[in-house]
Amino acid sequence: MVVRALRDEGVKYIYGYPGGALLHVYDALFQQEDVQHILVRHEQAATHMADAYARATGKAGVALVTSGPGATNAVTGIATAFMDSIPMVVITGQVMSHLIGEDAFQETDMLGISRPVVKHNFSIQRPEDIPATIKKAFYIAQSGRPGPVVVDIPKDMTTPTERYPYEYPKSIKLRSYNPISRGHSGQIRKAVDMLLQARRPVIYTGGGVIMGDASKELTEFAQLLNFPVTNTLMGLGGYPGTDRQCLGMLGMHGSYEANMAMHHADLILAIGARFDDRVTNATDKFCPTARIIHVDIDPASISKTVRADVPIVGPAKVVIDEMIELVRESKKQPDAAALESWWKQIDEWRQRHGGRYRTDDSELMKPQQVIEMLSKVTHGDAFVCSDVGQHQMFAAQYYKFNKPNRWINSGGLGTMGFGLPAAMGVKLNFPDADVACVTGEGSIQMNIQELSTCKQYDLPVKILCLNNQSLGMVRQWQDMNYESRHSQSYMKSLPDFVKLVESYGHVGMKVDKYGDLEGAMREAFAMKDRLVFMDIAVDPFEHVYPMQVPRGAMRDMWLSKTERT
Amino acid sequence: MRHIISVLLENEPGALSRVVGLFSQRNYNIESLTVAPTEDETLSRLTVTTIGDDRVVEQITKQLNKLIDVVKVVDLSEGEHIERELMMIKLKANGQMRAEIKRTCDIFRGQIIDVTPNTYTVQLVGASDKLDAFIASLGNMASIMEVVRSGVSGIARGEKVLSL
Ligand SMILES: Cc1cc2nc3c(=O)[nH]c(=O)nc-3n(C[C@H](O)[C@H](O)[C@H](O)COP(=O)(O)OP(=O)(O)OC[C@H]3O[C@@H](n4cnc5c(N)ncnc54)[C@H](O)[C@@H]3O)c2cc1C
Ligand SMILES: Cc1ncc(C[n+]2csc(CCOP(=O)(O)OP(=O)(O)O)c2C)c(N)n1
Ligand SMILES: [Mg+2]
Repeated sequence: MVVRALRDEGVKYIYGYPGGALLHVYDALFQQEDVQHILVRHEQAATHMADAYARATGKAGVALVTSGPGATNAVTGIATAFMDSIPMVVITGQVMSHLIGEDAFQETDMLGISRPVVKHNFSIQRPEDIPATIKKAFYIAQSGRPGPVVVDIPKDMTTPTERYPYEYPKSIKLRSYNPISRGHSGQIRKAVDMLLQARRPVIYTGGGVIMGDASKELTEFAQLLNFPVTNTLMGLGGYPGTDRQCLGMLGMHGSYEANMAMHHADLILAIGARFDDRVTNATDKFCPTARIIHVDIDPASISKTVRADVPIVGPAKVVIDEMIELVRESKKQPDAAALESWWKQIDEWRQRHGGRYRTDDSELMKPQQVIEMLSKVTHGDAFVCSDVGQHQMFAAQYYKFNKPNRWINSGGLGTMGFGLPAAMGVKLNFPDADVACVTGEGSIQMNIQELSTCKQYDLPVKILCLNNQSLGMVRQWQDMNYESRHSQSYMKSLPDFVKLVESYGHVGMKVDKYGDLEGAMREAFAMKDRLVFMDIAVDPFEHVYPMQVPRGAMRDMWLSKTERT
Repeated sequence: MRHIISVLLENEPGALSRVVGLFSQRNYNIESLTVAPTEDETLSRLTVTTIGDDRVVEQITKQLNKLIDVVKVVDLSEGEHIERELMMIKLKANGQMRAEIKRTCDIFRGQIIDVTPNTYTVQLVGASDKLDAFIASLGNMASIMEVVRSGVSGIARGEKVLSL
C-alpha cells in the first residue's frame, strides 16, 4: 500500500536505506518498476537528496528510512529541510505496534524526536489509513509554508499477507488546516500607495519567492517600478543576478551596496523573507528610517523579529500579481527624480566597495576566483549545490544566479555534509544539466561515502573542493574574535582526495595554480559522464567580506581585514 | 501580562504533546494548562495561561494556529471573560482551629469535602487569585498538608463562543 500510494502520487524516485522494520515495503518495491529506489550510504544523504529535489523543482521529495538508527540518522536532514521550509515526505519504519513503548529492538519514538523539526508527523494506526495519510502528508508538505512531514509506519501495518481496501484520495481537506490563497486586498492597496510614494525603496526577498514560484512576477514588478532588489541567501536567483537592479545578497556577508541601501531606505518591501538574525544584525538598529511592508504566507513570520507596518499574509506569487495590476491601473507613478538620485547613491556605493577582493598579495589562488571561474565556465546556468562554510559564502557572493531554484544550500540550519547528496539529488532528476557541488575539505568529509552511491547510479556531478586546509569559517571567527587562537579548526591529516575518489571509480584532479584553473574546469565539465572531483588549493588565510560588525546596524561592516565602515 | 489562551484541538494521539512541546521549544512560559474532550468527542478544549508581553503572546497564538491539529485559538484576555480554577487543599485541623478554618472556608465559599479527626479537605472554586487569597489567609492559622489545583479554565462572556 505504501509503494502503491507513492506511485499514485506520481513519485518517480525515492531515496532510502532498508532495515528490519521496512522489509515488507522493500519487498513491495522489488516487485514493481514505477517507483525507483536510490540506495544511499547513510540515511542523512537520503534526506538531503529528497530535499534538493524539492529545492530544484518545488515538489516534495521522498525519503524512506528504517526504525531506530535509520530514523535518527535522518533527523539532521529533516531539520535541514524544516529550517529552510522545504517540502519533503519522510517515511520511517517502526517496530510492530504491540511492541511500541517496550524498548523493543531498534525502537525510537520518532514522533517525539522529529516533532520540533517537522511541519507535521503521523503515525499509522490502521493499515487501511496508509493511502489517505500519505496523501495528507504530501498535501501538508507542499501547501502553505512548505515543510517536511514524517509518516511513521509500524511493521505490522505493512504485512503483505493481509489485504485491505485501497483507495488513493484525489484531494484532501482538513478542517484544522486551511492554507491561505490570497492577500488582503485593502492591505495590498495600502502597500502599493506607499510604494508609489517611496523615495528610497528597497525590495528584499527570500526563499519564499523561490519556493513560491514567484520569481517571474518579482522580476516584472521590480522592473516596472525601477526599484533595487536584494536577496537573502535563500532568495538568490529570485531576481536575475546580473541585472543592474540586483544588489546581490544582504546581511552578515551581504554586499556593501545592499546593506547600505537597506540601512538608508525609507521603505522596505519584504517578500517571502523572515528577517533572520543573519540578515538584520541588531534589530534595534535595523533600518532606522524605513517603513516596512512584509508579504509572507506564514503570519508567524511577520513581526516576529522586526515589526511590520503593513503586514500582508498571502502567497508571494498572487500578491505580487495583484500589486502589478494596481500599479498599472494607478494614476500615480513612482517618483522618478527621487529614484534617480537614489540610484546614483546606490551606484556610488557599488563603485566604492562592490564585489571586490584582493589578488595581489600572494601567489595563492583566491576562493573567489574559483567561483568566478565556475560562473564563467557554466555561463551562470548551472545548479550550484553548496556545503557550509566560507566556500558557501563565496559561492553566494560571486556566482551570479539568473534563474531561481539553481542555488541549493542549507541556510537556516547550516548543515555541513549537505552539498554532495544535494548535488546527487539534482543530477538524478536533471541528468542533462551541469550540476556543481561547491564544498570545503571539511564539509565534504561529512558525507563523502556517497561517492559510492554516485558510482552505483552514474551521477556525474562536478565537485569543486575549495581546499583551504582548515575549517575556514570557524578560523575566520577565531581570527576576528579570539586573537587567532585556532582551536580545533585545522584539518591536519587530510586524505589525498584524488586517490580517494579514484578508488571509488571517479576522476580526481588537483589544481594549485590559477593559471591551470580554467583549463581544468573546462575539462571537468566536458566529461559529461564522469564524476570529477577537483581538489583546488586556495589561500588558507582568506576571510569572507563584507562582514557585519556584531550587534551593529546593517551598515556596520568590516570590508577587509583592515577596513571598516 | 497574564493571558488566558483557549485552544480547540483535534482529539488525536500526540496532539497535546505538540502544544506542550511548542511552548518549551520556543521558550514560552506556561503557568497552567488544562485539557479535556468537549461535547464533540473529536475535539478537545485546552486552556493555557501564560505570561508575556504583547509581542510574545501574538507569536504564541500565531505559532499555536500553525500546528496542524489546532482548529482554533483565542486569547480570552482580549475580551470579557470568566476564569475558574478548582482547588482541593488538605489541612491539619484540630482543636479550636477547626472552627476557625470552617469560618474562613465559608467566607470564601469553600466546601469541606472530607474530614478526619485531624484533617479537613477543602474544595474551592474561583479565579486563581481567589484561590491564592484563600491560601494566604490560612497562612498563620492552619498548616497545609497538600494542595491540588486544576489549572485555569476559561470562557468568554456573552454570546461569543469558540467552536468549529
Ligand atoms: C555560514 C552562514 C552564513 C549566512 N549568512 C547569511 C547572510 O549573510 N545573508 C543572508 O541573507 N543569509 C545568511 N545565512 C542564511 C540565514 O541563516 C537564513 O537561512 C536566511 O537568511 C533565511 O532566508 P529567508 O529570510 O529568505 O527565509 P527562508 O528560510 O527561505 O524562509 C522563507 C520565508 O518565506 C515564507 N514563504 C514560503 N513560501 C512562501 C510563499 N509562497 N509566499 C510568501 N512567503 C512564503 C516563509 O513563511 C518564510 O517566512 C547564512 C547561513 C550560513 C550557514
Ligand atoms: C554539521 C556541522 N557541524 C559544524 C558546523 C559549524 N561550522 C560551520 S562552517 C564550518 C567549517 C567548514 O569547513 P569547510 O567545509 O572546510 O569550509 P571552509 O569554511 O573552510 O570553506 C564549521 C565547522 C556546521 N555548520 N555543521
Ligand atoms: Mg576548509
